[in-house]
Amino acid sequence: MSTSSVSKGCFVFKPSTKKKKHLGLEDHFTGGCEGAQNSGKRYKLCQDLWDQIKTDTESLQDELNRSILDSLLDFTRKCSSTRQHGDWASQMRASEIPTAALVLGVNVPDHDMTFQSLSELLQQLVTPHVASLQAKECGGMKGLRRVLERLMGTTVTVDDDEEEEPEQTSTETHKSMHCSLGILCDWYKSKTRKSSTGTPGKKRSSPVKDELQQPPVVVIFKDLEAFNHRVLQDFILICSRYIERLPLMFIFGIATSPSTIQNMLPHSVSSLLCIELFQSLSCTQHLATVIDKLVLTSHFPFKLNGKVMQVLISIFLYHDFSVRNFIKGVQLALLEHFHSQPLSVLCCKKKEALANVMELSQRDLERIRQLPSFRRYTEKQDAQEKVNLMTDDTHLKVEFLFYDLRKYHKNYYPVLRCLHTLTSSLPRYPLGKQIRELHLICLEKTVWETEEYQSAMKLLRMLAKDELIASIQRCCGTLKPVKSKKMMNALIQMEEILTKIKQLDENAPPVDNSITSPVKSLSQKKTDLFQLQKTLLEMNETRRTKKLSPFETVRNEALELIDGLVKSHLSPPEAQTLYEVCYYTSSATVRRHLNATPRTSIQAALSNPYHYLQTEDGSVSNAAPDICIAYKLHLECGRLINLYDWLEAYATVASAAEGNDPDSDTFGKVDEVKHARFIQAVSELEFLGFIKSTKQKTDHVARLTWGGC
Amino acid sequence: MIARLQQTGYEEDRLQRVAKLLPCRELQAGTLLSIMGQPQQYSYPSVFIYGHRASGKSHVMHILLKELELPHATVSCVECVSVALLFEQVLLSFFGCDAASLLPRSPSLSDFVRIYRQQCLEMPAKQTRYVVMEKAELLRDMDANLLPAILRLQELVEDNVTVIFLSEIVWDKFRPNTGCFEPLLLHFPDYSKGELQQILSQDKHPSYSAEFYSSYINILLGVFYSVCRDLRELRHLAALNFSKFCEPLAEGKVKESDTHKLWRNIEPHLKKAMQTVYLREVSSLQWEQMQQVEEKETGPLRGLSAHTHVELPYYSKFLLIAAYLASYNPARTDKRFFLKHHGKIKKTNFLKKNEKTSNHLLGPKPFPLDRLLAIFYSVVDSRVAPTASIFSQISSLVTLQLLTQVSHDDQLDAPKYKCAVSMDFICAISRTVNFDIVKYLYDFL
Repeated sequence: MSTSSVSKGCFVFKPSTKKKKHLGLEDHFTGGCEGAQNSGKRYKLCQDLWDQIKTDTESLQDELNRSILDSLLDFTRKCSSTRQHGDWASQMRASEIPTAALVLGVNVPDHDMTFQSLSELLQQLVTPHVASLQAKECGGMKGLRRVLERLMGTTVTVDDDEEEEPEQTSTETHKSMHCSLGILCDWYKSKTRKSSTGTPGKKRSSPVKDELQQPPVVVIFKDLEAFNHRVLQDFILICSRYIERLPLMFIFGIATSPSTIQNMLPHSVSSLLCIELFQSLSCTQHLATVIDKLVLTSHFPFKLNGKVMQVLISIFLYHDFSVRNFIKGVQLALLEHFHSQPLSVLCCKKKEALANVMELSQRDLERIRQLPSFRRYTEKQDAQEKVNLMTDDTHLKVEFLFYDLRKYHKNYYPVLRCLHTLTSSLPRYPLGKQIRELHLICLEKTVWETEEYQSAMKLLRMLAKDELIASIQRCCGTLKPVKSKKMMNALIQMEEILTKIKQLDENAPPVDNSITSPVKSLSQKKTDLFQLQKTLLEMNETRRTKKLSPFETVRNEALELIDGLVKSHLSPPEAQTLYEVCYYTSSATVRRHLNATPRTSIQAALSNPYHYLQTEDGSVSNAAPDICIAYKLHLECGRLINLYDWLEAYATVASAAEGNDPDSDTFGKVDEVKHARFIQAVSELEFLGFIKSTKQKTDHVARLTWGGC
Repeated sequence: MIARLQQTGYEEDRLQRVAKLLPCRELQAGTLLSIMGQPQQYSYPSVFIYGHRASGKSHVMHILLKELELPHATVSCVECVSVALLFEQVLLSFFGCDAASLLPRSPSLSDFVRIYRQQCLEMPAKQTRYVVMEKAELLRDMDANLLPAILRLQELVEDNVTVIFLSEIVWDKFRPNTGCFEPLLLHFPDYSKGELQQILSQDKHPSYSAEFYSSYINILLGVFYSVCRDLRELRHLAALNFSKFCEPLAEGKVKESDTHKLWRNIEPHLKKAMQTVYLREVSSLQWEQMQQVEEKETGPLRGLSAHTHVELPYYSKFLLIAAYLASYNPARTDKRFFLKHHGKIKKTNFLKKNEKTSNHLLGPKPFPLDRLLAIFYSVVDSRVAPTASIFSQISSLVTLQLLTQVSHDDQLDAPKYKCAVSMDFICAISRTVNFDIVKYLYDFL
């Protein structure tokens, strides 16, 4: 079984529980919030939304990988075609194994998908003989062999629908003995001979495959770095012996850099390969497109708030670089949202939402009334309206305010893009280089009140004419596909400004030189610092009071337009009514699930066992598990712990737990059972890394953590 | 010019053909022939042939056995991941498919001998049978009894069989401690420059004259002989660059005899080839494409080793930096680098005798996980929770071979690591996170 993590570690694989799943999941949804009847509906909404997100991201990824996959396919075709025509030079040349080095970046979990689509494409278009290897399958040479056997085996089972029986049995007997490349060669020969003479109509064959009499045998090494050097070298050596007879081809999946090939293989081996380099899209670009298509769109009703977004992005940037994990994080948030928020039943398309509003129960309406955002809304209404909203259910349903949020989203994203196009080219990127940074700022606070925004605006006010034209044109480009009245208006206004600027060009007034003159006079005579400062200040004054040139007025007009757009549409979502319905806010949950802290959990379990045991709350009492008592006692000690004192203390606490009379003789005495229990607790603590044995002092153990109670 | 090979029992014209196919190896072929004797005669049980890569060992054996039509089995020891494969191949080529299938699932040496003798009774050898073992040095890694047994295979199976070992390593490195049957040793010396010239000139291009090609080979050897004497490589290089050599000829600028001009044209090109194709920095396919396109258009082609940049997640970078520091700084100096009030420790009285040499010359030292994390937390600028993903990043760095795990895989507590990246690499990494690594390295204090 494989895991999806960048990284390795312990993973729990539960046996698949597909049978139970259908019943189970919906039932779980009721558990999230007590007494919600619409759990089934929410589950379905969640499922639909997730399916949609999944298909969208998959198609997106396919698109992103297309160019590199296409070039790889071309490479395989070219290799197999050059092999067939033999001129003098290719005869004299040492026959090298064509190899594609595919540099994919360190986000290993994302590679699976790429390789899968690659091998599917190869099988469809170029050759039926494709085998993928993973390092962990090939610990030794034998493992590698077994995989080759699989290549032969799978292709046999795939293609052999109409193969004659005796042929197959003969290969079977060979295979059962040993699987060597020689046998693979024979098998391949029989295969190709048959396909060239045999019935081509029956086989699933594309026109390309017919062209190639000898489809290449492609071996994909998914994670080259993890392969044993020795095994890889031997494998290449063996393959090169058969290259004349068997059109082999390798694809190396490289996570770090191509120079690892040279680190892994000596010259004598790498000289057997003819390596071509293919570089895939970097994972940050990949994430940017995914965010662009998945998050920055009003297409999906489900949204993440700023904190959750921040958690997901920082996991990506700081920890794994894995787009797949990012999407998994979105999935988790989605699930949690629909699970824990009963009002999420409204988080869907317009029509469904309308229907669902009508079906809302009394209790759900009450929930809506309690939402902080709704309260804020009612505060603003006049008294009569307020009473209506708070008491009349039908009025609330009719007066449904969810549309405001939809409209807000419709305008939010185009304006965000606009602002980004303007600011992304500014020096020092006051509002971030990537659109996701700007998005985060907008989610967190009112963007126009931030310092960054002010400085960006200041910089924008200094834009030269051609830059301004270019950026406004780009803005128009982003606004054009949007179908909303406000955005159309904005677009028209922008185009007007554009024409104004262009008109300026035609009847450009002569530039007045009044500003430059003091500078000239400055440079002419010798000045001291004081004088320089004075003149500069003067210049500043004059510039401020100076009449604006026509271009500057137009520029200001443009910026005011932008500013107005920002102020009316980029307010943070928290201010919107009913934002709780669509926005998932619990960043702590996401963090806890995605970025687990084992150490903290252990500490919590030891100092507060009821958190996990869920029996009663309270701190460590004397009835707590032995290890907790021992842990609590060890916190009171210094760097070295005397085992006997520890035991005594433990025995006292333990007998108190048993309810013995404190005044009796046996109280606090160490009996065998307590001794054994203590020893076990201590060794458990040692296993967890809190103490270790030491030779500094007899009968002492060393403490490995600092601090205490 | 061609020395005559003589051995009774073989047809004269066949010997002639063999001699023609083995230029510059007549002497060795002659010796071999005389060792082999007449076909029906018993030969010496085992012969050990050694010489460098591409000195014609396999070629000579192959031609001799093939042209003289002697029964033989050629086995490459690289391929034999198990002894079973080795036995199977030998039986297969001597007695056919049926004999090979008689071998049990994981055969021992005695199984092999038993089946061989069985088959031998049915098909006794009329001529000497030959087993050729290529890359015989790998036999040493197999079972300890294998090599001594194969050395005296003739004796064991009581058949007219001779084993010929081909290896790049001298026999002294083979001899087991317990002693064994000593094979006959035969050395294949490297080809001299003249011999290389002679051999390479043989595969001339069909549309050019032999002298022209020979002059080309002469130029090629002039450039490459100092770095490469591998015949295979040289032939490969000759084929790759010949079209460029002929270019002025095709354009009609020079005549075939004008060697000086041709030399002027090709020499810089060959020099470039030496730095790129020969080292496989650039693949031969790309090289050919480059030749077709004008050089100025393409610009310098980046070789494989030019791509060293690796993008890593933020904390992985710091983990790697911490690992590098832990590997190259002595553990005692950590206090000085990572504690705020470390007091003044001068380098001179701090040094132990063996630490005077640079740690960078000695290579990375192993360090425990605890130390790595301690350095990591003090190096990274923000507070980092010790989450599971931090730990898993360490093991993913191991899979990417940027770190290597020194202790055994099974050891779960206190694993030890080494940092496996170069100084340049780590400098590039630390530059991206604005960390001045040189300030923290003991060697550069």
